[in-house]
Amino acid sequence: MVTLEHYLVLSALLFALGIAGVMLRRNLIVILMSLELMMNAVNLSFVAFSRYLGSIEGQIFVLFVMVVAAAEVAVGLAIAVAVFKQRGTININDISLLKW
Amino acid sequence: METILFYVLAVVTLLSAVFVIFLRRPIHNVLFMILTMIGLATLFILLHAEFIAMVQIIVYAGAVMVLFLFVIMLLNLEEIDLPREPRPLRWGFGVILSLALVVMLFPVFKSIAPIINGVAQNGDLAAASNLDLIAKELFTTYLLPFEIASFLLLAAIIGTVVIGRKLTKS
Repeated sequence: MVTLEHYLVLSALLFALGIAGVMLRRNLIVILMSLELMMNAVNLSFVAFSRYLGSIEGQIFVLFVMVVAAAEVAVGLAIAVAVFKQRGTININDISLLKW
Repeated sequence: METILFYVLAVVTLLSAVFVIFLRRPIHNVLFMILTMIGLATLFILLHAEFIAMVQIIVYAGAVMVLFLFVIMLLNLEEIDLPREPRPLRWGFGVILSLALVVMLFPVFKSIAPIINGVAQNGDLAAASNLDLIAKELFTTYLLPFEIASFLLLAAIIGTVVIGRKLTKS
């Protein structure tokens, strides 16, 4: 019997992996991918709650999260390409102009 | 049967997520990310959310990851240009911090999950088709958020075109 806890723990582990990716990696593309991983972890817990509460709202929210994620990825990757064209690097340690 | 399936899928998803974070070359990261997406889609099917599972495969494993692949191909980073990853000390620090987050989340699960497991399984989701229910809710109760989402996508398209445009000398 798979309970809600199973899914929540899996989702928490995926979210922690996404956080680790954002904190550890220096490659802008991989950081964007880690953000995607975190959103997917949240989606998983939304769907699990929707299943175990017997309500469809969780799945509808997942659709909206996917819309936001798609928009974020498109704009983020466009920024990454623009930065690479101008600076020739995607190492975030070299792109620190706005970092106090 | 369901339990075995869940554990196999969970292990595959977690392992490929670990490879996403800890492999060095971006192309390997993207390929393992696709595996993670497919694992999550199968988990959604296990949760009787078939429509979300299909959208996950089409939008994430299809569109978003192909976008990542295209950008990696466009940038064409050689081994030398790849960003140097931080020292082992910082790796350890980051891993410990994210583990601390998981440990912090566990009491929340312990308090929430039994309540919901008590409420659960009233089974009105299994009665109607998943797609039917989503469509009905999306085009009645959540019509305004749906329209706002379309505006958001339009803004993203315009923003991407403006940012990705060739830089004019001014």
